[in-house]
Amino acid sequence: MNILFLLILIPVITLFISVFINSEKVKQIILGGAIAELILCFELLREFMTERAAGNNSPYLFEIVYPWFKTWNINFHAGVDGISVSMLLLTSLVTVAAILVSWKIDDKPREFFMMLMLLTLGAVGFFISMDLIMAFFFLELSVVPKFLLIAHWGSGRKIYSATKLALMLMAGSSLILVGTLLLYVKSNGSFDITVLQSLNLDAETQRIIFPLMFMGFGVFTALFPFHTWVPDGHSSAPTAGSMFLAGISMKLGGYGCIRFAAILLPEGTQYYSTTIILLSTIAIVYGAFATLMQKDIKYINAYSSVSHCGFVLLGIGMMNQTALTGAVLQMISHGLMTALFFGAIGMIYSRAHTRDVRELGGLLKVMPFIGSIYIIVGLCSLGLPGLSGFVAEMTIFMGAWQSPITFHRVATILACASIVVTAVYILQAVAKVMLGPINNEHHLTLTDAAWYERSASWLLMLAIIIMGVLPMWLAQLISHDTAPMAAKLLTLNS
Amino acid sequence: MNISDWLILRFEIALAGFILLQLIIKIFDLVRNNETWLRLNIALTFLIVLLGFTGNDSGSMFGGMFVSTSFIIIEKTILAFATLLVLMQSYNWLKNHEHTPEFFILIMTSVLGMFLMLSSNNILLFYLGLEMATIPVAALANFDLDKKRSSEAGMKMILSSAFSSGMLLFGISLFYGITGTLTISSWQEMLMPGGLEVLALIFIMAGFGFKISLVPFHLWTADVYEGSPVAITSFLSVVSKGAVSFALAGFLFSGVIRMQEVWIEILFLLSIVTMTVGNLFAIRQTNIKRFLAFSTVAQAGYILLGLAGDPVNAPTSVVYFILVYMFSNLAALGVVEAVSFATGKEDLDDYKGFYNSNKKLAIVLMLALFSLAGIPPTAGFFGKLFLFTSGVHSASLVWLLFASLNLVVSLYYYMRLVRMMFSENNEQPIAPIHTPMLSRIALVVCSVGILFTGIFGELYDYLFHLAK
Repeated sequence: MNILFLLILIPVITLFISVFINSEKVKQIILGGAIAELILCFELLREFMTERAAGNNSPYLFEIVYPWFKTWNINFHAGVDGISVSMLLLTSLVTVAAILVSWKIDDKPREFFMMLMLLTLGAVGFFISMDLIMAFFFLELSVVPKFLLIAHWGSGRKIYSATKLALMLMAGSSLILVGTLLLYVKSNGSFDITVLQSLNLDAETQRIIFPLMFMGFGVFTALFPFHTWVPDGHSSAPTAGSMFLAGISMKLGGYGCIRFAAILLPEGTQYYSTTIILLSTIAIVYGAFATLMQKDIKYINAYSSVSHCGFVLLGIGMMNQTALTGAVLQMISHGLMTALFFGAIGMIYSRAHTRDVRELGGLLKVMPFIGSIYIIVGLCSLGLPGLSGFVAEMTIFMGAWQSPITFHRVATILACASIVVTAVYILQAVAKVMLGPINNEHHLTLTDAAWYERSASWLLMLAIIIMGVLPMWLAQLISHDTAPMAAKLLTLNS
Repeated sequence: MNISDWLILRFEIALAGFILLQLIIKIFDLVRNNETWLRLNIALTFLIVLLGFTGNDSGSMFGGMFVSTSFIIIEKTILAFATLLVLMQSYNWLKNHEHTPEFFILIMTSVLGMFLMLSSNNILLFYLGLEMATIPVAALANFDLDKKRSSEAGMKMILSSAFSSGMLLFGISLFYGITGTLTISSWQEMLMPGGLEVLALIFIMAGFGFKISLVPFHLWTADVYEGSPVAITSFLSVVSKGAVSFALAGFLFSGVIRMQEVWIEILFLLSIVTMTVGNLFAIRQTNIKRFLAFSTVAQAGYILLGLAGDPVNAPTSVVYFILVYMFSNLAALGVVEAVSFATGKEDLDDYKGFYNSNKKLAIVLMLALFSLAGIPPTAGFFGKLFLFTSGVHSASLVWLLFASLNLVVSLYYYMRLVRMMFSENNEQPIAPIHTPMLSRIALVVCSVGILFTGIFGELYDYLFHLAK
């Protein structure tokens, strides 16, 4: 059986079993499914690398096509390239970690874990889709779970945040839907991206469709000014929900921007590249400064996500191979890093019952493990060499600087400079929360991480370190597929 | 003419027989045990549904006044099936009602009227069918005999439908004046866009607009839906609306196909106001029946988008959507019926914490709401998607954007209800409800329909094949 089909099948079977099983056992089943998915993703990576090493250079591997709605020429068409494989790895890693972190959920556990699995199913399906309707189907699949995860298991202004998130993401999807339908008309009835890619649409059409697709996916990845759901959504969500939202959901948007907007509509990308760069630079700088003002550790991370995801869009806007590779690397790095960050924050919050920086202090003494994680992931976020954040941001800057246009250079300098601000807010938070005296007696009694939290943290931290120390294999995996895209975009430039 | 030609009339003959049987039963007062009789009637209705899968499909009768094709047979089967589901869901209510035979006489007459309307190639037969389909429903709306609201609903229904029939008839008379014939299929060649033709078309569209409650002709909808017994609300919102939508599709693509550029503009205007107003008003409702009424108004806007397609895909996507919508809306109203019968509660706020007290019913209602909102993997997603893909060739960018952004608005109120059921606490929760077997079967059928008609793509291809 095709490995991509299995990737879809495992979550579906897991979900099916969890409907009928005793609710005590649901989390074991879901964890089992998630681990199986993770193993399968590594197997996919191995097979993929072997194929590539054997010289198979076709753009998409392991393709399968099942006709779905013949009348409309809608197919279940799956296939992967290096970008999708790395995204799948990210998804399955974050899924396992998120399930582990929420091991002690006791309010409607069956529904909770099933929603997590549904989110995974949506993300996995989206990353392997090569048919626009199939991608849209999987993208929409995660609307309800996201909404209910926040509205029911969240904290703070959860109903407001959940509604805002669901509506904004749905508005994004509806733009994508219109864009998809217009592409369908222009291509004389095809939703298949291999067909659409080979189609040379005229520049006028591309200019109409591109904003719809890019803005639609941009909402998912916090494109300024559609980023406002990010801080509220992330900070109101339960820990696993934040990990999913930041780690996977926002990547759906970035991936969609590359795969379904930039590649399908190169002239549109070129036409709007200035706008993209402008908006992403604003997001980077504005996100960084907004973070400075936050007093809630979850809001700190949520706003810094806006800033970090701005780098992804900046990489896309620069339209060259290095920057595109950097954008994908940044998606992976940010996914792992924020997932771990939110995980650590969740662990702190579940013990201290506050997320206010002013009330916390000296936690490293009472919870050395969680404290170390928090510090390491903070350093990753500010781009310390040896961790994944450095690799990704460095690649984007290198790519961005390659562009000789003054405007691009200015944007790059501004984005680079924002790293200083990042360092300020990360170090401030680390210093206040982890170091210094313990200013709350109650905090002295807190315990360190339990086994499930430790294993989740180790999983993500290892991935961050491996990516930071050995970036080349991942970069190669990705750049093999960003090369033809960049070539296509470059021919337009010259 | 041999006997097999009469088979295309099998639905109509069976229904007429069924109605006569009820009359005889009523006159001689043969029913002693209401429940047995009810079950038998439901079984007979089931047999009528099965008729759709037998025998000869296409042909014409009575000098071409009555036509039938496989596609029309499928439409009738869907409507009969929806009626069956409505009857099964209202089992409790019907069991305790003292006028069950009359109920069956009226509802089946209405269905017979719809079937005649769908098969008619003569505009007068069409009009007769439409009236026959509408007037009994007005009586049925009044069927909660001890409730004042129910009488009010019946009155509103009959007045508004009389008014709309008047408009329709005026349009028809103008067309007759232009063409000199009553045969719809021969209008095709004669009706071109022109002043009088457009005027007539506007009147006819207004008439149709009343029947499927398009804005600005929707004002009766919420009141009638709220006041009628839930069974009739279901029947009105699914069967009546479905039948008139099918008829509208048939009329547009057979009678006035040459005036397509005109009626697409009319559809465009009606569609965007219908979607927007329906959605915005649904947000403000506090009664669940009114809430669903406005949500069905909004759904009708999408049907119009689908109708903007080509002559094959437009009817197919509309039939497919109605099928999906039948499952979704009947699932929702089935739960409302169960709750309303058991507790008398019909407010949205009563549904807070519904998931905690009645898990299975809540899941069915949630599935229905997801499907109405068009969220995958439910069938509603595909139903809406195909209306979009059908309409996209002729619809303007503005129309598409309006339609897709309206999905966001509708998501808001559907998800609000889902959240209330799932995560809010209620001081007076709805006690666990026991539903009768037949109602439960109907709900299960609807849920299965919601979950699986979309995912498995064969159905649409099959309908498409029939429509060609």
